[in-house]
Amino acid sequence: MKYAPVIGLEIHIELATKSKMFCACSADYFGAKPNTHTCPICLGLPGAMPKANVKAIEFTQKFGSAVGCKLLLSSKFDRKNYFYPDLAKGFQISQYDLPFSTEGSLQIKTEKGDLKKVRITRAHLEEDTGKLTHATINDRRVTLVDFNRSGVPLMEIVSEPDMESANEAKVYAQKIRQIARYLGISDADMEKGSMRIEPNVSLRKVTEVSKVSNGTKAKKELPPYKVELKNINSFKFAEKAIDYEIKRQAEILDKGEVPAQETRGFNEQKGITVSQRSKEFAHDYRYFPEPDLPPLHFTERQFEKIKNELSELPDEKYQRFIKEFNLGVYDAEILTREQKVAEYFEEAVKAGEKAKISAKVIANFIINQKPNIEKVLPADLVSHIYQKTQKTHISDDELEEIVKKVLGENKKAVEDYKKGKDVALQVLVGAVMRESKGNVDPQKAKAMLKNLLTN
Amino acid sequence: MSDLSNLTIQEASRLIQSKKLKALELTEASIGRAKKLNQKLNSFITICEEEAVSQAKKVDKLIANGQKMNALAGIPFGIKDLFSTKDIRTTAGSKVLENYVPVYDAASVARLNNANACIVGKTNLDAWAHGSSGENSDFGPTRNPYDLSRVPGGSSSGSAVSVSSGSSLAAMGTDTGGSIRLPASFCNIVGLKPTYGRVSRYGVIAMASSLDCIGHFTKTVYDNALVLNVTAGEDGFDSTCTAQKPDDYTKDIEKSVKGLKIGIPKEYFENLDRKIKGLILEAVKKLEKLGAIVEDISLPNTEYGVAAYYIIQPSEVSSNLARYDGIRFGKTREKFGSEAKRRIILGTYTLSSGYYDAYYLKAMKVRRIIRNDFVDAFKKVDVIVCSVSPTLPFKLGEKVSDPLQMYLADIFTVTANLAGVPSLAVPCGFIDDLPVGMQIIGPDFSEKLLYQVGYAYEQETKWYGIKPKI
Repeated sequence: MKYAPVIGLEIHIELATKSKMFCACSADYFGAKPNTHTCPICLGLPGAMPKANVKAIEFTQKFGSAVGCKLLLSSKFDRKNYFYPDLAKGFQISQYDLPFSTEGSLQIKTEKGDLKKVRITRAHLEEDTGKLTHATINDRRVTLVDFNRSGVPLMEIVSEPDMESANEAKVYAQKIRQIARYLGISDADMEKGSMRIEPNVSLRKVTEVSKVSNGTKAKKELPPYKVELKNINSFKFAEKAIDYEIKRQAEILDKGEVPAQETRGFNEQKGITVSQRSKEFAHDYRYFPEPDLPPLHFTERQFEKIKNELSELPDEKYQRFIKEFNLGVYDAEILTREQKVAEYFEEAVKAGEKAKISAKVIANFIINQKPNIEKVLPADLVSHIYQKTQKTHISDDELEEIVKKVLGENKKAVEDYKKGKDVALQVLVGAVMRESKGNVDPQKAKAMLKNLLTN
Repeated sequence: MSDLSNLTIQEASRLIQSKKLKALELTEASIGRAKKLNQKLNSFITICEEEAVSQAKKVDKLIANGQKMNALAGIPFGIKDLFSTKDIRTTAGSKVLENYVPVYDAASVARLNNANACIVGKTNLDAWAHGSSGENSDFGPTRNPYDLSRVPGGSSSGSAVSVSSGSSLAAMGTDTGGSIRLPASFCNIVGLKPTYGRVSRYGVIAMASSLDCIGHFTKTVYDNALVLNVTAGEDGFDSTCTAQKPDDYTKDIEKSVKGLKIGIPKEYFENLDRKIKGLILEAVKKLEKLGAIVEDISLPNTEYGVAAYYIIQPSEVSSNLARYDGIRFGKTREKFGSEAKRRIILGTYTLSSGYYDAYYLKAMKVRRIIRNDFVDAFKKVDVIVCSVSPTLPFKLGEKVSDPLQMYLADIFTVTANLAGVPSLAVPCGFIDDLPVGMQIIGPDFSEKLLYQVGYAYEQETKWYGIKPKI
């Protein structure tokens, strides 16, 4: 390929606080009857004023801290002014130049298996908008607005343009989701819309990248344009949209042209991106400090507390599982993917200590048998594994003795088998199972029977 | 009982609570007067007869049952039609909200209701509180009761006139750049612009959020303190409200001004109308006679006040008015008047990328400098006294076609809003039968002191006794 993709991601995550960002309405709106989780504040009624949700601020700082961001001692909210029917106040309360956290990074594994650092520009807090539904009612095409979502706390995580493939973007986004879930600050569900991805994609000529002088790479310059992709509601579509965009932009560059700076929406049915808004129509958001919310000041002690209260993060857990339980990287990766599974595994390991069942055996069982961790208690899982392993405890010598005994006691069946009646073998297997009290693998018993019968 | 309209809150409250006067009687008298005078003065957009009467009946019942009541119980109030009132139309003086009925009460309205005050009506104002004369109202201008050919001052025009003309004993207003003090001064009544953050703004339709202050009009200084006793303090909904506990504003109000240092800022007197200057200095002399020490001071950056104000205020206005798009409530944007449009365009421009630093950010820096002027001054003096207005109440129509002249009416008042400090407007006499008011400005949260100074002066002069002839 002649071009190297340059990809940055803006990710929005709805925070799982009890109440909304600036009012007391319940933030848990999923599936609720339209416009039932509303009040003068989130409806933007005249005179209503915002009151910041302290928990949401803490969640954002927690996340920022988890991805190695600096937390700002002084921060504030700003107004982002734009018009849209789902925006009750005619502006969104967001953060402009003093977000809660800046300059972090995340390690991702590339397809080749290399580790790669993706820099995180900032993680800030804002409010979600209402939701529009286009419908036809009484033969009239109408747009309905549901303000249940209006004012739900929304964290925005902006990355640097450090990703170079759709896969890297996907892996990065999945890791962001994993961390949000580990921290318990969001269910980060793309289908429900509690996590949204907006990739910025452009292409850079490869020759510009590979210029090497004195063994150091030439400074990578960003392409003179970028395309922002919207309407993506799954990781699969994110990959597809980016891949499509790479192809589309390459074709334009091949012709010696520069792709337009614009916002494009992804069409799931057709698998293509479609222009939504060009540079000329880009918004001027006229940011200014939100006068209804005084600036916020924090202390190092508060930040210390946030850091100390961080639960073990996926990467740390992964490393510990490898070290502490002697797991392979593959097993450790799967077991730490979801915190629930990781915790289940650890509890099972603890329960297995008495029965001397190794962590490796438990890991294999969880990975291969996929027990329902919601239903089977870790202790029950362990006793299940214990029973299974007991079966193979009958040694080959012991099994041979049992088989010989069975053959001696079932002369009729032996003769039938030798005459060609295969059913007779089943009778003999049954007898071995009875004799061994079921502690033998039937396949193994069958093989040994056959072996002794033919000799 | 025709003299009911001359009662102060202090007097009426005593009569009501000693069962010598029924709250219903007072409320009905107020409503009667409001209705009668409205054709002439146009101070009310909506008169809430039913609600006020039922509230008054409730008060009488509670008093009959021997319940102890707040001093505001049964007192007829006018409320600027910028305050949300549950189930009562709230227009902001604009046709855009001609049919808008709020589902909730503004914080200060709820407090007045809890104190059992009787809201007799929603008062007229310059649409969205944009204006210094009351003439920008989409519901017609309000007239000055002392001279019907003149403006009462704005933007809280109707509130000031309702008190001045005896249709209410007190009225709520907002002061973003002088909207309480100017009409108070033009109508011979007392008006308070409290410290920013002293009274909750929740539920009051925002004009310029970082400057808006919720205050009120009364006939006397004592009455004014009684109202602040009810409205001051955090409500949990306005994050810019201070956690600092309010004072008891009537306590020690009679305290002498002996030894108090009063600053006379030279910038406010340099080109002032000779007659107005004479009245203000006469008032200062009165205070000096009472034992105050007068000092000349300087607020050197005063001249930049109006310029900074007319960048910050329209910037915030342009954002605050964005929600009035006619989609969820109210009428469409075509209903905006020319002053609102002017401010929306001005503010949109000053916030635009590329202009933000040169205008908004610069204005915010100037604002800080102006505040520092006051902070420095209050290291030397306790309060500052100056004129509220550079002119006497002007003629209707005189400045309508010249927005800049209209903006300059606020030249002495905008600085207190930019600095956030409290200022009390108190009547200080008449020139050619037209009222003149002075401002007593103090440091943050010094309302109690302002009342003491105002009260001492008022005891000597009692200008409130000179009623308009209507």
